[in-house]
Amino acid sequence: MTTQTILPVDAKALSELSQSNGEPNWLQASRLSALELAAELGLPKLEKTKIDPWNVDNYGTYKSSQVLTDLSAVPASIAELVKDQEQGNLIIQRNSGAVYTHLSPELAAQGVIFTDLQTAAREHGELVQRYLHQAVKPEEHSIAALHAALWNGGVFLYVPKNVVIETPLQAVLLTDDAEAAFVPHILIVADTNSSVTYVDNYVSDKAEAGLHNGAVEVFVGAGAHVRYATVHQLGADTADITYRRAIVDNDGTIEWIVGEMNYGHTASDTKSILKGNGSSSDAKVIAVGSGSQKLNYTTQAQHFGKNTPSDMITRAVMREEANSIINGITKIEKGATRADGQQTEKVLMLSPKARGDANPILLIDEDDVTAGHAASVGQVNPEQVYYLMSRGISRRDAEALIIYGFLAPVVSQIPLEGLRTQLQSLVERKLGQ
Amino acid sequence: MAAEFVIEGLKATIEGKEILKGINLSMKGGEIHAIMGPNGTGKSTLASALMGHPKYEVTEGTATLEGEDLLEMAVDERARAGLFLAMQYPSEISGVTNSDFLRSAINARREEGNEISLIRFIRQMEAKMKELDMNPEFLHRYLNEGFSGGEKKRNEILQMMMLDPKIVVLDEIDSGLDIDALKIVAEGVNSMRSEERGFLVITHYQRLLNYIKPDFVHVMMQGRIVKSGGPELAQRLEAEGYEWIKEELGIEDETVGQEA
Ligand SMILES: Nc1ncnc2c1ncn2[C@@H]1O[C@H](COP(=O)(O)OP(=O)(O)OP(=O)(O)O)[C@@H](O)[C@H]1O
Ligand SMILES: [Mg+2]
Repeated sequence: MTTQTILPVDAKALSELSQSNGEPNWLQASRLSALELAAELGLPKLEKTKIDPWNVDNYGTYKSSQVLTDLSAVPASIAELVKDQEQGNLIIQRNSGAVYTHLSPELAAQGVIFTDLQTAAREHGELVQRYLHQAVKPEEHSIAALHAALWNGGVFLYVPKNVVIETPLQAVLLTDDAEAAFVPHILIVADTNSSVTYVDNYVSDKAEAGLHNGAVEVFVGAGAHVRYATVHQLGADTADITYRRAIVDNDGTIEWIVGEMNYGHTASDTKSILKGNGSSSDAKVIAVGSGSQKLNYTTQAQHFGKNTPSDMITRAVMREEANSIINGITKIEKGATRADGQQTEKVLMLSPKARGDANPILLIDEDDVTAGHAASVGQVNPEQVYYLMSRGISRRDAEALIIYGFLAPVVSQIPLEGLRTQLQSLVERKLGQ
Repeated sequence: MAAEFVIEGLKATIEGKEILKGINLSMKGGEIHAIMGPNGTGKSTLASALMGHPKYEVTEGTATLEGEDLLEMAVDERARAGLFLAMQYPSEISGVTNSDFLRSAINARREEGNEISLIRFIRQMEAKMKELDMNPEFLHRYLNEGFSGGEKKRNEILQMMMLDPKIVVLDEIDSGLDIDALKIVAEGVNSMRSEERGFLVITHYQRLLNYIKPDFVHVMMQGRIVKSGGPELAQRLEAEGYEWIKEELGIEDETVGQEA
């Protein structure tokens, strides 16, 4: 290795922390071996983006958080997100640990588990151990390894066989203490023929530099349906590196809805592994870049199973000096006959200094498949602005209509009304309206 | 007050090339003026220059509406002053629904805090769409996206009806319309005729003028109005074409590139 990873913690401190948190032995061992790996591995190599200067060593230390007795005591920065959720299924992580968890008795009675991952590791150790780090592996690079060594708080959602949950489950992940490590891990296991929607928000409220090193793992059982919606709205001081991965069994479906509304540098990688025959994936990413943000968004679909459709759409608006690299990777493995991989990446640039780079990639090792991609990078069309203005609409409003119109075909497809409105207002805020 | 619209000595260039070479035209509320003329003689350029299309530069002349200088105004201000242009080739705008667009256009004419209520807007829009025999689903379609040629033209007329302008310029509103649609669109226009409103109708065909009866007919060649008359002029053009005018005026090539 040419670069030496600076470890934010030593093995002794890590095992002491694990012990004092009452973690099972297997978890302590898993953390320690990941830490060892981290020392050997380098940073992930991202297409045209160097993440070395992004505070990647700035983890902070584990600090235990004060539990909230009820929702009226939540910090103002997230109050709006949890409004009227007293009865809702909700987990709140603040900095290094969960501060609030609520699961309705009805769901609990059906065998649903919804708790922070640290608690789940103690109470449902066998189940957690079977899945943890199986989709995002610590061997991949130092970021994944450090994540596996240091993760804290987090969410564990288990939906038993045949259980169909109608209302979305929610998590809010807040970092508002620059010294505290914020490394949440989301683990979702949907058993055979189950169905669930999970929505989370990543929020920051602090003025000093920090890092979010996040991982999301979703295991979609045979015939199960998981809809994972996430909105990142971290501030300019927080660099965000997030790996999301789903492994989908026969006839299962994963749906990703991702709102990239951070103000700081961001690298995210959202990947569906279509392992089972008939499994499918649908990913929608909406992004707005502003200021001098460096952004690298990747969506991926990897097809192993036969008859597997995947669709990925990214629409990004870049203003000011924001710089974005947008990658779509469709990989169809040999034997994945009748797979169908589609992807579209579109970037709208609002200033001459903004940059957008869309890279659609198709890697196909099987003949009997269909695949397609479309990518475009463009500016607001002056002919369209003229047309709208000719009806009396001001230039500013005309441009706003066109920009929202650019995102609308994706936003309007989001099946959760609350999330749609929330995204709409975050977009407005990021566009400075 | 009857709208008074006066164009004097209007010259305009595109990419440095002079297309309009001095247009004079004056019209009043209640009047319908038709502009005819062979392809490439500057008719759409006149419409675009009046509206303020960014590609056209007005180099000389004036255009006033009720004494106000339109050419000093930005495009949206011209529209709010009462000018409306039904375009020959309307833009398609993905992601912006017809109803969101039109509501913005109406609210742009109202004070902040006095926006039109959604229910009232929808009712108005549905009533006008019915007059134009448009399927209500067009409310929710993206603006002109995937509309057929005729559907786009109807949508232009719908906008005209909703926005209640003082001077309406219709640029080949009849092109792409089937016979029934032509009647419907013409009825829409006729329903808007009033003493307060003037129409400038650009067309190639007498057929439209059978429905929308003009008071004056002007012929454009080489970026100028070369002949004006009453409705009988349009009938003669329909019957005989433009040759006789060219002969009368000694014009060999009528397009804008040429000088008389
Ligand atoms: N960008 C441009 N550069 C050079 N010439 C142009 C440009 N745009 C338009 N023209 C020319 O201006 C002239 C007038 O065009 P205009 O569209 O006004 O004609 P028109 O009378 O409306 O014709 P039609 O009946 O075909 O609609 C044409 O000769 C056209 O080629
Ligand atoms: Mg024309």
